[in-house]
Amino acid sequence: MPDPALLRVEGLHAGYGRVPVLHGVDLHVDRGEIVTLVGANGAGKSTLLRTIVGFVRASQGRIVFDGDDISRIVPERAVRRGIALVPEGRMLFGPLTVEENLRLGAFARGRESAGHGSDLEGVFALFPVLRDRTGQTASTLSGGEQQMLAIGRALMSRPSLLLLDEPSLGLAPKVIAEIFGTLGVLREQGLTVLLVEQDVKVALRHSDRGYVMRTGTIAMTGTSADLMADDDVRLIYLGAWHEAALGGDGTPMTGDAR
Amino acid sequence: MGAAQLLQFTIAGLKNGAIYALIALGFTIVYASTGILNFAQGEFYMLGGMVAVWALRTLGLPLLAAVPAAVLVTVGVGALVERLALRPRRAEAPLVLIIITIGVSMLLQSLARHLFGPNEVALPPFTAGPSITFFGAAIERQTLWVWGLTAVALLVLWVLYTRTKLGLAMRATAVSHDSSRLVGIDTARVVMVTFALAAALGALAGVAVAPLTQTAYDVGARIGLKGFAAAILGGLGGPVAAVAGGLVLGLTESLSAAFISSTYKDAIALVVLLAVIFLKPSGLFGRAGREKV
Ligand SMILES: Nc1ncnc2c1ncn2[C@@H]1O[C@H](COP(=O)(O)OP(=O)(O)O)[C@@H](O)[C@H]1O
Ligand SMILES: [Mg+2]
Repeated sequence: MPDPALLRVEGLHAGYGRVPVLHGVDLHVDRGEIVTLVGANGAGKSTLLRTIVGFVRASQGRIVFDGDDISRIVPERAVRRGIALVPEGRMLFGPLTVEENLRLGAFARGRESAGHGSDLEGVFALFPVLRDRTGQTASTLSGGEQQMLAIGRALMSRPSLLLLDEPSLGLAPKVIAEIFGTLGVLREQGLTVLLVEQDVKVALRHSDRGYVMRTGTIAMTGTSADLMADDDVRLIYLGAWHEAALGGDGTPMTGDAR
Repeated sequence: MGAAQLLQFTIAGLKNGAIYALIALGFTIVYASTGILNFAQGEFYMLGGMVAVWALRTLGLPLLAAVPAAVLVTVGVGALVERLALRPRRAEAPLVLIIITIGVSMLLQSLARHLFGPNEVALPPFTAGPSITFFGAAIERQTLWVWGLTAVALLVLWVLYTRTKLGLAMRATAVSHDSSRLVGIDTARVVMVTFALAAALGALAGVAVAPLTQTAYDVGARIGLKGFAAAILGGLGGPVAAVAGGLVLGLTESLSAAFISSTYKDAIALVVLLAVIFLKPSGLFGRAGREKV
């Protein structure tokens, strides 16, 4: 029987120079799943995604994608292998137009990308606002439009695994809802998604399973429903802490919430 | 000064300006894709002229073959410079890489002295014949070649940057290497192609002008300074600004020779360079910048 996991991370260690950030991360994402990774700022979530696509070198452990060990892959190969990262901060080509950004998204597909017209239509179907912006430079877009463009650019490579790093950052609730609304469509199209989010409530509501990362390791895992019901998760990530920490008169109580 | 004389100086200025423009373009496109100033750019110009003379005299190639051969050889040298001298050190600070290009420049110059000798040499004009008279001023046929080849180079560059997938990858790389790698662009290869292209521009300038002014193994530094000044004048921004910077510098030199004295002609580039750096560091036309979203 083939491995149901499209992505399998085993005992992964990685860091920047001599500074270790990941200390043995274990995690897997099955085909067709939407999996959320949450954790405090600086826990190492972005580093994990950057290590999967090869911006950061793994010092120990394995990353297995679709049955192959890709621990030593470089980013320009990862996208050809079918892994597309929508990075934190989006990393768009600001002075280039929306259309050029999308065409660059299909860059890795080589000659075959001549047929990117239908993929462009696919992106516009998902994010109609981009269609009216094709000639505009990416830097002139609103934050929400930039995020849509970043996702659209990633989809242009026809990935099988989409890595999303904090797509909701700095966006209005309405825009966040629109972006998360597309996740279901993407899953129907056969995409597997690993999602890093600050907005834990929204993320868990849109995913099957979740992992909680704490200082470079996985502290907890379970179905999204289980995690949402978990006291620790509720306390730290779902705002219950905020409610609990505020006394009846709204003044903060002293003491460690944990 | 008569109008014909003024026109004569203007023609000379635009001829030199076209050459400076090609060198400035070389500086500008390398700077865009790497963030470094390639001070070996002038040596590409030297190689263009010297290799063409060598191919003509020593190999006995016809002029029509020697000229493109010289450009191709220099393109190869440009690619090798990137691959052997810069890529192994690409993680270093820009200043280190810039110093490496200065070292490469000295190396190429002494190699050229060894291979081609210490003497000044010249190419015959691409088309023989007397100068063309234009409102009382004389235009050498080779000057028309300089303008024509510059125009063709600009056109090819424009088509490359705006109409091809490689050009799009080059523009993407100029914005951000990380973003480019994210979409699958082999940025190391793009940088190598950029060096090769810069070498082609330099060599083209070198062969085009070799029939007009003699050339030698050591002409690279002087033209490198001029091209650098033109690039700075253009703000190290877009290609159009680089070309404009070259033409402005060429005209300024020529007209100052006309009205002041030709003694100071070579100092003009330095004066322009310092003036831009102190008064308007973003160049005459503003800098396109390396902005990110
Ligand atoms: N480029 C970098 N160089 C050095 N340290 C970094 C770099 N990027 C992140 N770090 C450090 O790695 C740790 C994890 O960061 P990150 O993966 O961005 O966390 P998260 O995405 O969970 O907020 C932090 O302590 C951060 O300071
Ligand atoms: Mg992060």
